[in-house]
Formats: sequence, structure tokens, C-alpha cells
Amino acid sequence: MVPLGIIFMYSFGENVSLVEVKTTWTFDNYKRIFEPELMTLLWRTLWISILATAICIVVAFPVALVIATASPSSKAWLLLLIMLPFWTNLLIRTYSLLNILGTRGRLNELLGWIWLRTNDFLTFVGAGDLGLLGAKFVPIKFLGTPGGVVLGIVYVSLPFAILPIYSALERMDTSYLEASMDLGAGQLQTFFRILVPLAMPGILTAFIITFIPALGQFLTPELLGRGQVDMIANVIQRQFKGANDWPFGSALSLMLLYVTFILLALRAFGDAARSKREANL
Amino acid sequence: MPKHYRNKKKPFEYSKKWSLRSVFLLATLFLYVPIIVLIVFSFNNSRRGGNVIWKGFTTKYYDKAFNNEDLMLAFGNTLTIAIVATIASVILGTCTAILLWRFRFPFKPLVEGLVSLPIVIPEICMGVSLALFFSAMGWLGNTSDIWPFNLSNIMIAHITFCFPFAAMVIRTRLQSFNREMEEAARDLGATEFQVFKDILLPHLKPGLVAGALLSFTLSLDDFIVTFFTSGPNTVTLPVKIYSMVRFSVTPEINAASTILILLTLVLTFFALRIQTKDDSIL
Repeated sequence: MVPLGIIFMYSFGENVSLVEVKTTWTFDNYKRIFEPELMTLLWRTLWISILATAICIVVAFPVALVIATASPSSKAWLLLLIMLPFWTNLLIRTYSLLNILGTRGRLNELLGWIWLRTNDFLTFVGAGDLGLLGAKFVPIKFLGTPGGVVLGIVYVSLPFAILPIYSALERMDTSYLEASMDLGAGQLQTFFRILVPLAMPGILTAFIITFIPALGQFLTPELLGRGQVDMIANVIQRQFKGANDWPFGSALSLMLLYVTFILLALRAFGDAARSKREANL
Repeated sequence: MPKHYRNKKKPFEYSKKWSLRSVFLLATLFLYVPIIVLIVFSFNNSRRGGNVIWKGFTTKYYDKAFNNEDLMLAFGNTLTIAIVATIASVILGTCTAILLWRFRFPFKPLVEGLVSLPIVIPEICMGVSLALFFSAMGWLGNTSDIWPFNLSNIMIAHITFCFPFAAMVIRTRLQSFNREMEEAARDLGATEFQVFKDILLPHLKPGLVAGALLSFTLSLDDFIVTFFTSGPNTVTLPVKIYSMVRFSVTPEINAASTILILLTLVLTFFALRIQTKDDSIL
């Protein structure tokens, strides 16, 4: 059990990391977080993470639904299909997006092709002279823009979002759905008023499991943001590898840690409230 | 059965709906196309900007990658770290899992929380805190150390974040253990150690294998923590690839990445084989 004790000490290392260099118990490092420049950065980190998480969940839900309702034999294969990219290295996946999202990358190639075909079609129906789509295809800039970073985060964390929703849907009692249909609800009504609420615990887990890593995402903004869409992790990294301002970097990463704990506490709280509610029913 | 009922779609047949199927298909494409393009372009015969225009098939970048000493050293480091971290994580994880499952002791929830901490906190916090820890201990990757030992702090870092995952997997497996088996063995005169070796360990085997594979993959994939804890001479493959990407984008990186992807694929394949085999026995 001795190594265990050492490891415990290591995990305590997180908590005492601020006491590094010189412990003066100053709050200056924390004050610096609230300077306007950093506030814009924190705000950007927040909205990029929220947007990416929201997209992940919206995409993950139907995907999880398809897997959960597939025949038992194909279920395992579909699950494997989704999980395989998740086992691939994060860095490699981000790097692979560079090729796709570049100005001359595959996605712009595809969009250019679609633009060309649409234009041909418009000419064919006699609307080509109107120049509805502009005179020339302008490649969309993904790299170095927030959009590219959001797309990158969605790409790397999609499997994380699918899994918890899948397991929630898998466990669900389908008789509720049948009951809803029998009582005259339509497909859509059943979907939104029965299926989605029943899958809510899974969706919340998916949110937490996607949102927390998204907040601390370093590689995606670094590689896809081209230094123009920095998030908090990039600043932390710079404090350690460039600026050598370790206490400030520690303060920033502790901020990130606090947010994580608050989110986890909120969820534990929500879980407790839910089980209480269910016990009362 | 009334007529209108028969025509109605069953509510839980969402996988047969074309709209949902197409979302699934698009999501899968979205997940796979970049990786496939990456692999395809590792065979691209073009030196600069190798990722933009296709210029014919070649395997020369694999030759180049295999003859790149730095890259191969990094690859060796990665494997060594992953193997050591896996073995240590499984042992530690088993101890932790049994400890938390078997015994009651004061502050148990606190210990449980601490063990699972590395699972939930953002990776960058983990990396930063470990870097600070090592520097506070004066334990930076010493360049004078001989080969496997200069990797020791990366190994420790990897064990720190791998073993909670292993413990989690093993603990799940422990929950299905029938305590009566242990008691029966005791009654028949088995010692504590015999019970552990002959009863508990065979039951745990699938969990151990799953934990080991999870640890290995995690260690193999890790970039952030290694990035913060590695010294200039202790580079792993992901860190090496990162510095190459920062420098320039070449097909050589694609080739190196493809090698790593293949390794992960092979591992996954074996993991699945072992798991299905175990399931059929049980």
C-alpha cells in the first residue's frame, strides 16, 4: 500500500501547486485573472466550449438513438465504429483536421465543387447571370477562426458525448414510449416529451464529460486556432513554457479546477434531488 | 389487431428511420474522413505542402520515418513508458480497487474521491500540477541519467493518471464477485493468499485485461501530461509529432501518425478478441 500513499501525495500535488516558487499567500495572481484582456479570453473559452458541447449533444443524440435501437447483433459493431476514432491519438486527430480544414483543404474543395455544380444548375435553369452565389468561389477560412476551433473540439469529443446518451437510452423502458403512442401522442410528441426527458441523465453526463475537457482544450486552439483563437489552456501553457510565470499559470489552472468541481458538485446535487423526487413518487 | 395500429410505426424503431440513419452516417463520415485522408496522404509523393495536392503513390516517407533516429527513439520511449505505466497501473489499480471494495476505513469517501480525481480534472491541470510537483521535488528529467531512468518522471506521471482508470474498471469487475466463493474456499482450508491467487484473480482476469489495455492506450495517446513533464531529451512520439507539426506539415508526420494509429488498431483488435473469448468461457 506504500505506492498508493505516494500516489495520493501526487494527487495532492494538484491542490498545493499554488504554493510553488514562494508562498506569499498573495491574491495578486487571482486579481490578474480579472483583467479585461483575460476576461475576454475566459469568455471566449466559455462560449467556444458551450457551443461545441451543444453541437456534440445535438449530433450525439440521434446517433446514440440509432445505435440503441439497432438490432442486437449490429449494435456492437455500430458502437465499435463510433468508438474506434476515440482510441486514436488526440493529437493525430487534431492534426488530421488540419488537412481537411485548410484554405486549400478537402472541405473547401468539396464546398467549391458544390458551388460549381449549383452554379451550373443555376445557369441551366437560366438564373446564372444573376450571380446569386457571387462571381467566384471564396474558400472559407476555418483555421485561425473560432469556427474552426469549435469544429475541432466537436470532432475530438463527439464519441464522449455519444456513449453516456447511448447507455441511458439502452437502459430505457420502451413501454413508456408505447404507452405514449397508445394514448394518442404522435411520433414527434413522444420523442420530445417522453424520450428526451427519459434520456436526460445521459444527456447531462454527456454535457459534463464533453464540457470539462473542452474547457481545458489545449491542442485544438493551438493547432487549428493558429494562435489567434487562444483559450485558457494556451495561456496556462505559455506561463509554464514561455513566460515562466508559474504562480500565475497555477492560479489559472486552479480556476479551471474550481469550475470543474463546481460543475461536478452541481451534478451530484442534481442527482440527489432527482433520486429524492423519484423516491417520493 | 386494429387496422390503424398495424400501420403505425413502432415507437422504438428509430434505427429504421432514414432521417436518423443519415445523421448517423454523416457523423460517422465526419469521424472517419479526416483520419482516412491522413492515412492516404502519408503515401503522397510530394515534398512540400504534401497535404494539399495528390502527386502519386510512394512509401518513401515510411522509409524516412523509420530512418529518422529521433522519431524512432521517441517511438521507443513511448512504448517503454506505456508498458511500465500499464504494469504499474494494473498492480496499483488492483490494490486500490480491492482496498476500496473490501475494507472500511475512516475517510473512505475522501480517498475514493481523491483516487478518481485524475479522471475528472482537465488534463492540462494534471500536467501543470505534475510539472510543479516534479520541479518542487527537484526531479526533472535528468539528461545525465541513462536511458530507461531518464523517463522515470514521465512514467510516474503516466501511472498517476492511468491507475485510476484501471482501478475503476477492476472495481466494476469486483462487484460481480461472489463473496460466498471466498468463504467456501476458506472453509476448505485455503489461506488468504491462496484465496487471492486461486479465487479472486481468475475472477478478475477480464477486468485486469481491460484495465491494462485502457492504461496502455491512455499512456500511448497522452500528449498534454507528457508535454509538461518531459525534458528536452525525453521525447515521446506524440510530443515529437507535435513539435514536427509546429515546424512544418510534411507527409513524414502522416506516416508517423499512421504507424501510431495502426498500433492502436491492432491493440483494439486484440482487446476485442480477448474480451469475446472471455465472454464465451464464462
